Amino acid sequence: MEVRDDLRYSDDHEWLRVDGDVGIVGVTAYAADQLGDIVFVELPATGTALGAHQAFGVVESVKAVSDLLSPVAGEVIEVNAALADRPELVNGDPYGDGWMIRLRLADGESGGALMDADAYRELTRAG
Amino acid sequence: MIAPRIEMETGPDLGPRTAVGPTLQPTLMELSRPGRGGGKIPHPPADALDGIPAEHRRAMPAALPELNEPEVIRHFVNLSHLNYSIDAGFYPLGSCTMKFNPKINEWLARLFGFAKLHPLAPDAVAQGSLELLWDLEQWLCEISGMTAVTLQPAAGAHGELTGILMVRAYHEARGDHDRREVIVPDSSHGTNPATASMAGFTTITVPSDARGGVDLDALRAALSPRTAAVMLTNPSTLGLFEDRIVELLDAVHAAGALAYMDGANLNAVLGKFRPGAAGFDVMHFNVHKTFSTPHGGGGPGAGPVGVGEQLLPYLPSPRVLRDADGTFRLETPGERPTSIGRVRAYQGSTGVLVRAYAYVCSHGGSGLVEVSEDAVLAANYLKSRVAEAYEIPFDRPCKHEFVASARQIKATTGVRTLDIAKRLIDKGYHPPTIYFPLIVDECLLIEPTETESVETLDAFATALVEIATEARDDPELVTTAPHSAPVRRLDEATAARQPDLRWRPMTGAETPCPQ
Amino acid sequence: MPYGPHTGDDRAHMLRALGLETIEPLFADIPAAVRAAGLDLPEPEPELQLAARLERMAARNRVDLASFLGAGVYRHFLPPAVDQIISRGEFYTAYTPYQPEISQGTLQTIYEFQSLVAELTGLDVVSASHYDGAAATAEAALMAIRATRRERVLASRAIHRHYLETTQTYFQPAGLQLEELPTLDDGTTDLAALERALADGPPTAAVLAGQPNAFGILEPMAEIGRLAHAAGALFVAVVEPISLTVLAPPGAYGADIAAGEGQPLGIAPQYGGPYLGILATTEALIRQIPGRLVGRTTDLDGRRAFVMTLRAREQDIRREKAASNICTNQALCALAATVYMATLGPHGLRDVAAGGAAHARQLERALAAAGAPRVHDGAYLNEFAVAVPDAARVHAALLDRGVLAGLPLARWYPDDASLRDALLVCATEVTTSDEIERFGEALAAELGTGAGLVEAVR
Repeated sequence: MEVRDDLRYSDDHEWLRVDGDVGIVGVTAYAADQLGDIVFVELPATGTALGAHQAFGVVESVKAVSDLLSPVAGEVIEVNAALADRPELVNGDPYGDGWMIRLRLADGESGGALMDADAYRELTRAG
Repeated sequence: MIAPRIEMETGPDLGPRTAVGPTLQPTLMELSRPGRGGGKIPHPPADALDGIPAEHRRAMPAALPELNEPEVIRHFVNLSHLNYSIDAGFYPLGSCTMKFNPKINEWLARLFGFAKLHPLAPDAVAQGSLELLWDLEQWLCEISGMTAVTLQPAAGAHGELTGILMVRAYHEARGDHDRREVIVPDSSHGTNPATASMAGFTTITVPSDARGGVDLDALRAALSPRTAAVMLTNPSTLGLFEDRIVELLDAVHAAGALAYMDGANLNAVLGKFRPGAAGFDVMHFNVHKTFSTPHGGGGPGAGPVGVGEQLLPYLPSPRVLRDADGTFRLETPGERPTSIGRVRAYQGSTGVLVRAYAYVCSHGGSGLVEVSEDAVLAANYLKSRVAEAYEIPFDRPCKHEFVASARQIKATTGVRTLDIAKRLIDKGYHPPTIYFPLIVDECLLIEPTETESVETLDAFATALVEIATEARDDPELVTTAPHSAPVRRLDEATAARQPDLRWRPMTGAETPCPQ
Repeated sequence: MPYGPHTGDDRAHMLRALGLETIEPLFADIPAAVRAAGLDLPEPEPELQLAARLERMAARNRVDLASFLGAGVYRHFLPPAVDQIISRGEFYTAYTPYQPEISQGTLQTIYEFQSLVAELTGLDVVSASHYDGAAATAEAALMAIRATRRERVLASRAIHRHYLETTQTYFQPAGLQLEELPTLDDGTTDLAALERALADGPPTAAVLAGQPNAFGILEPMAEIGRLAHAAGALFVAVVEPISLTVLAPPGAYGADIAAGEGQPLGIAPQYGGPYLGILATTEALIRQIPGRLVGRTTDLDGRRAFVMTLRAREQDIRREKAASNICTNQALCALAATVYMATLGPHGLRDVAAGGAAHARQLERALAAAGAPRVHDGAYLNEFAVAVPDAARVHAALLDRGVLAGLPLARWYPDDASLRDALLVCATEVTTSDEIERFGEALAAELGTGAGLVEAVR
């Protein structure tokens, strides 16, 4: 399963891309594969304030459902509206078009506490 | 046995099982031809609806299908051929108890006196049904060791809600307002936590131990002054009896919580274990499991609830009562203000309960004990046969069902439990329950019931063992199964992403009706 | 055991294979302290005796009365085709269609049920079934609460008493508010009171009204819906399915959810069930609807096929976060309703509804002539309340004269003086002129009236 070197990872299988004070969040290829065919993604309203590990939505596949947990604290500034009609983007391009939310990172938040790619590879190999 | 799509399957001495193999059918809506049908109901006078003001009237008639009766019958008969059923073959669906549904029970439930009685008929004209309900309540008390039973809940999950609402009322009445948590084991049915949520509780999940039982230490750690109830299924969803049940119940009660028993698996322990006598405070029965009322393609069932003394005041209304002169009556509204209230309209799914009543009568006390003994014997026997090719994660006697795992097969061949299940269809069987309970990887939950012969059990075990061999020798044969069913595997992802839940008239772009 | 296959040899063979001599070791895991020693129940009863005894028991129920009792459950002609089809073992001895490859029969019939009910209600998303009208109403209210994130529901008091009481039971643990709206003298819901309630107090999740309502009266549904929507609330219509062949469908008057009892669609009264909870909604609320849904899809070879869908809403996957705990539903009752609708067709169903209306007008005239005028003057379809002096006594006395004179409304509205002496009566297509005459004459005899009866009936 693809793990990208330029991202940070949570142990709940979300990834974070940091771009200045903005973070982009999605689920990893490993998570998408484990869930199977994703059929629905529920995302929060913009303006929602999230803490680290706080649920921001739900992802449903044909036979499973999973909470989406924010890897870092911040305020939702955009959600991926394309997922409403095309939830399969999460399976097809989890690190690209399958992204889920953009966050204005909380003060001092940079994702430093999250795993780097090697650590995440190790986690998913063990699992 | 599922008849194949085109060619007959012939047994050594059976000949063709059916003249025509099942084919997919057009929908009722596609079969409709304007002008067909009629002749069942006299036409009312043309002015019959003149008293209905125009603003209340339907502007466009409902576009319902028009068919003549022979076409209706053929449609549904042909559709029925697309179904697997207990009447057709072995249906070892764990946790669901697909035993034979005695035919006389269907006949009894249709007796005019039972079938045509209005639910609000005055007690004086309903003495037959009231007596039947009363008797059944007493018998379920004897079977469960509970003090009283309500027959009202329409299904097991409905019974769970009824039971947990009584638990809530009990704690509230004692001023014990902080009990807001319900504990369930990780092997529990999904209905247990869903029920807890509906009743306003938070669910705490405790793990199972290595022997498949509830982890007693984990349970003790989870119990607290916030615990309202612990919901246990016994025998568990792994088909194992909680042999530390005495300690478990002691721990629950020591914490001031009540013990709820999910009675889905009561069919394994009739006359062997009476939950109320053992210390459970409340339980539900699934009459469509234990007492053989038909599953009906998903329902209806009934989910009576038994309670101990302390929950008596909270039973839903109306109860069935017997007056001193021996006549029966329903409780009147408001007669018992402590009741949790109504959980449904009227007094219960009596039509289902007649069947359960008949099942208890035809078996009697001794027959019900035999039901459990034979179900447990069959499950252990089948388990010993299946163990030739599948991992049995818990090495101790099971009750009425057992868990097998295909994780080794998956690891070595890539064939998953889902594939094995689908391949069983080709061999003429309904697959067992799969991927439940959630705590065993690649699991199959197999429940043979007491109404299957040794020959059937042997043949099924042989089929499962054959599939394990096929998985090794020709995995694609298994992963692409079923090959002989009316349809192959379905595109469930598209069904969920673009839900098509109702027929719309053909636009030309639709999938044409199958020929 | 009557239905078991095992001979003594079979049992011995299985025990031997397990290395056992008796069954006992297989139950040794039940601790002695809680081990039961059999059951104190009657002896097994052979089928012959069971059949004879239950025939006698059933005969103690009196179903020979001229019955005018409805109140949510209605006598209708049941075409024998319905029972023939639902008695097929392929349908009634199958389980929930979790294996779609060998369950296309059940799955397609559910899809057809959803399609026909969608036509009747004018709402596109129809659940495969709920327990009964009461449970469907409670689930509809809970749906609205989830969808709006509001915690208060306003319901006309003229909704079936049991539905409101059941909803109250479902609401109580979560601290949700169910408030009843009064009715006017004509039997309809008081719209001014509705407006006031919507304006005051916490925000409202839904307004519930019955069509026809519990008094049999037709409500101004479009107006109720308009008021509800203006306050940001959803509008739930509690409906009777046969009536929808002649009355405006919920989708046409802006209902967001329809709930109702499907018993009139080919299901016998059976002293309380099993029945058929109908729950339908708009596509906007598709993710809030509880219970199974069947959708159309294709198989690997592109053949049209049906499958349970949007499964992740359900308890076996979502567990404590599920929209509802429902698992077992009323699939066979939904099949009965589908066969019933297909057998009668749109014209037959309309005749059922209109026939009931015609007989009800005949009944109205007969009862008025016997001294029991209508209580409410609003429009009705086939059920209405009549004022009868000393209603409880008269109701009991009429039983002795072979007439089941509907429902004494005081049982449902004990605190309402205007309904203390009222009987809720109905007629359907099966009600005969003879029965109406019998009711009229018996009532006149009880009330000491009697003039002009025959003319009124004819």
